[in-house]
Amino acid sequence: MELTSLLISMGSMGGLGVLFSTGLSIANKKLHVEEDPRIAKVEDALPGANCGGCGYPGCKSFAENVVKGNVEITDCTVASQDAIQEIADIMGVEAGTSEPKVARVMCRGGAYETAKKAEYAGAESCLAVNLAGGGEKLCEYGCLGYGDCVDACPFDAMYMDENGLPVIIEDLCNGCGNCAEACPRDVIEIHPVSHKLFVLCKNHDDPKTSRQLCTRACIGCQICVRAVEEGQMEMDDNLAVINYETYGDQAELPTDRCPTDCLVVFNGEEEEAEEHTVAEQAA
Amino acid sequence: MNLILIFISAAIVNNFVLSYFLGICPFVGVSKQLSSAVSMGMAVTFVMTIAAAVTWLIYHLILVPFQVVILEYVAFILVIASLVQLVEMFIRKVSKPLYDTLGIYLPLITTNCAILGLALFATLREYGFIESVVYGVGAGAGFTLALVMMAGIREQLELADVPKHFQGAGITMIVAGSLALAFMGFAGLLSV
Repeated sequence: MELTSLLISMGSMGGLGVLFSTGLSIANKKLHVEEDPRIAKVEDALPGANCGGCGYPGCKSFAENVVKGNVEITDCTVASQDAIQEIADIMGVEAGTSEPKVARVMCRGGAYETAKKAEYAGAESCLAVNLAGGGEKLCEYGCLGYGDCVDACPFDAMYMDENGLPVIIEDLCNGCGNCAEACPRDVIEIHPVSHKLFVLCKNHDDPKTSRQLCTRACIGCQICVRAVEEGQMEMDDNLAVINYETYGDQAELPTDRCPTDCLVVFNGEEEEAEEHTVAEQAA
Repeated sequence: MNLILIFISAAIVNNFVLSYFLGICPFVGVSKQLSSAVSMGMAVTFVMTIAAAVTWLIYHLILVPFQVVILEYVAFILVIASLVQLVEMFIRKVSKPLYDTLGIYLPLITTNCAILGLALFATLREYGFIESVVYGVGAGAGFTLALVMMAGIREQLELADVPKHFQGAGITMIVAGSLALAFMGFAGLLSV
C-alpha cells in the first residue's frame, strides 16, 4: 500500500512537472525576445557584484545601457582596467580611463574621543539611532558608530574598529558608494584616490561647542587655511574645507599644524598603523 | 447570485490584502506609481484566475482520485511557479518597460502567499469549478483594488508635508493600517 501511494505520488507530481515544463519550453520558444548578443558579453566582462554603484539596479541593467550607449563604460567604478578594455573591444569603442575611487570616513570621533549625552539601548542600527535622537554622542554631525555602512558594503571592504568607527580597507574598496548611501549622516564620501589630504570632520558648530563635543573635531581655528595658499582651502561655517580643484600638487601638507589632529593624509599603510595607536592610546 | 456574492466577498469583504493580510510584499513594493500598480494588479489577477482554474482541475482530477491530497501544496506551488514564468515571458515580450518597472516583484509573484492562499481557500471551501474561477477573479480584483488605492494615496503623499519621523516606510505602514481598518468595516457582511 505504502509503495503504491509512493509511486502514485511520484508519478502524478512527475507527470505534472513534465507537463508544465513542456508548456513552458514551448512558451519560451514562442515568446522569445531577441536580445542584442553584446549585452550578455558585456555582462560577462563586468565584475558581477551587482553593487549598484553605477546608478543602475545591477550589472545586467548596466550592460544593457552600455550597449544602448546611454552610459560610459568607465562609470562602473568596480571594473578593472582590463575589464573595461574588454568591454570597449566588444563595443568597438575607445576604452578611456577612469580614476579609481575610494570611500573615506569623514569623522574621527569614535567612542573614546566624543562626549556622550545618554545611554542608548535600542536597535543597533545607525538609521534607527538617527531617528531616535541621534544616539549616545553629543555631536550632531559625526559617525553614529553602529555600522550600517559595513553592512551595506558588498565587497567586505569595511569593518568597525575597537573605537567604534568604520575603517575602509583601501585594497578592497571599489568606490561603489553603497556605504555613503547607507550613512544617515553623510559621513562617508567617495573620493578619487588622488585626493590624499582630508579634513576628517563634518562639525559646523562654533569652536567652543565643537571642542567640547569631540577631541578630534575641526574647531575652526583656521591654522590650516592660513598655512596653504589662497583658495586651496576655505572656511565653511566653522569647518575647514579643501578645494581639491585648486589644491594642486599637495606638496605642502599642514597636517602637523592641526591642533585636533583631524587634518589627515591618507596613504594606505600609515592609516592602518595610526588607527591602532589611536585605540591603544585611548585604552 | 451565489457567484456574485463570492466575487464581492473575495474582492471587498474578505479582501486578500487588507483583511487577510496576504501578499503584503508587492502591496508595499509596487504601490509607488499608479500605472505600475495597475499592471501589477492585472498580472496578479491573471495568475490568480488561471491558478484557481488549474488548481481546481488538478485537485479534483488528479489529487482526489489518486488519494494524494497530501501533495496539494507541492502541486499548487508547481502550478503557480509555472504560471508566473509564463506571465513573465509574456510581459517581457509585450512590454519591456513594464517588465523593467515591475522588476523583482514579477518573479516574486511566485512566492506571493495570496495566490497559494487562494488555491487553498478554494479547495477548503469546496467550491465548484466556476465558483473557483470567480473566486480567483474576485481575489485578483480585490488585490488590484488594494494596490491601486495604496498607489493613489502614496502618489498624493509625495506632495504632502509628512512629519520627518514618519517619512518613508513609517507613513506607508500607517496608510496601509488605516486602509485595512477601513476595510474592517465590511467584516461579517458576507460569509461566503
